[in-house]
Amino acid sequence: MAFLQIDHMTKFFPSHSGGGPVCIFKDVTIKIEKGEFVTTIGHSGCGKSTLLNIIAGLESATEGGVILNGREAAGPGLDRMVVFQSFALMPWMTVFDNIAIAVRSAYPDWTKEQVTTHVHKYIALVGLKDAETKRPMALSGGMKQRVGLARAFAIEPKVLLLDEPFAQIDALTRGVIQEELIQMWNTSRNTVFMVTHDVDEAILLSDRILLMTNGPGARIAENVIVTIPRPRARVTIIEHPHYYKIRNHIIHFLVEHATHEEEGAEVSNNGSAKREPSIVNFEKDSLVRQ
Amino acid sequence: MGTQGKPWLISVFLLAIFLIGWHLFTLRASFDQKGMSEEQLQLLEFNGDVIRTADGRYEWNPEKEKVKGVPGPLAVFEKAREELGEAFVKKGTNDHGIGYLVLYTVSRFAAGFLAASVVAVALGVLLGLNKVLFRAVNPYIQILKPISPLAWMPLLLYTVKDPKWTAMLVVFMASVWPTLATTAFGVSSLRREYLQVAAILQLSWWKRLFTVILPGAAPTIVNGLRISFGSALVAVVPAEMLLGELGVGYLSWIEWNNLDISGVIFAILVVGVVGVILDSGFNKLAGFVTYQE
Repeated sequence: MAFLQIDHMTKFFPSHSGGGPVCIFKDVTIKIEKGEFVTTIGHSGCGKSTLLNIIAGLESATEGGVILNGREAAGPGLDRMVVFQSFALMPWMTVFDNIAIAVRSAYPDWTKEQVTTHVHKYIALVGLKDAETKRPMALSGGMKQRVGLARAFAIEPKVLLLDEPFAQIDALTRGVIQEELIQMWNTSRNTVFMVTHDVDEAILLSDRILLMTNGPGARIAENVIVTIPRPRARVTIIEHPHYYKIRNHIIHFLVEHATHEEEGAEVSNNGSAKREPSIVNFEKDSLVRQ
Repeated sequence: MGTQGKPWLISVFLLAIFLIGWHLFTLRASFDQKGMSEEQLQLLEFNGDVIRTADGRYEWNPEKEKVKGVPGPLAVFEKAREELGEAFVKKGTNDHGIGYLVLYTVSRFAAGFLAASVVAVALGVLLGLNKVLFRAVNPYIQILKPISPLAWMPLLLYTVKDPKWTAMLVVFMASVWPTLATTAFGVSSLRREYLQVAAILQLSWWKRLFTVILPGAAPTIVNGLRISFGSALVAVVPAEMLLGELGVGYLSWIEWNNLDISGVIFAILVVGVVGVILDSGFNKLAGFVTYQE
């Protein structure tokens, strides 16, 4: 059994325009090994953020469940920390307090000194020493998300859930923070599930990229292995022969297949493997796809 | 121009114009005895309209002038000096100095307002967190909110049978609804992410309330308190008038009963000054709890 497993999950939403409930995604199964960095890409509205929220325990699935480390994970908990697209920092708390409240919850029996040392360590890690006493209002978007990352890493969760973490950050800063994230993850090696629609970001950060079709009734169609060795850096990664192969493949999928791949692909498959996503691995030159 | 210049200079100028205008408007020509017979003059003197001065001429009786027409600024100033001079003197059961009266009003106001705020914030948080309950109770809040707090007074007086408590309850009624409605709104429109973070961090209910919900809704709650504050301040004066409870509102009424118009104007000014002082104190407090996003 995988470390984190999303098991035959289906989600229905009540329809806004009346009528029956709308199926967001259907029968999604994802297996993530310990220490793996897995990203899901899909168009807006395909339900990838809903999927992430269900893993976090902030929403509930209509069918299926989340299994973490052999146990069902229901409801939110400190073992699955989310990094929010909107940062979700408390604007009335300083940078220090925003992280400290998380650390205190994660380690309730720590002394004040232990908490302070721990918080300082993570503030230093994201280079915000000088901003420690500032409130989020006084920070740029990039700095806010650094606090968000520090807060998430500081409680050392089993699973880190990144919900389009860099979508609201300007392009130049985004690259810098992505590399900071790589460095933090290199030392912590948390299991990460990320959701994004930035293809370059996904390739830079992930071990595997799951491609999601459009909703309603979305499903994971492909499982792209990022066959580029670590450590990766933004400048050098594009020189790897697989980089553009992977990038083009994903963009091609998003443009061409995401919408009407549904029926076409299913017909060509043999009934049994109907819902199994096809594996794309450029290392094994021949595409396993179809 | 426009942003330049000194506003206080203009304020002083406007005040001067107002005072001079008021003075001129209330000025009365001195008594003219030309063309009046001795009988007429004696009748006027007998009625107390005029008095005979030492040199045998007639003048308006200054005592009767006090209740004739609107007093000028000098008369009001004189009255104010007199009242402020004995601000903390008790002359009888119902004749306390202005300092005491202000104290009574402020403490009555503070007690009603604080009690209402505590109740309204507690209930508001409850309603804000429970959308179903909020929607169930909201129609009643909407009906109760626009009722003038003074309309409750007969019922309250009948129920508690004590004017002191009634005045406080009128203030309570005036300040409970705006805070309740805005607190419920503020809590229910709290950004979802804050509660999600609190849920992930497994904060206890109390911790969630005091570190996330209340501070998060604080700017909205303070706005509600500000509205409540205003309406409580407006309600406390007529409540004192109607109930005859010692206070600033009572002062205005008792001076009217004494036909001392200068006293009435003085009382009005005191109400204004007390309101400004309370309001600025409130704004100082409000500054501590609000944040900017």
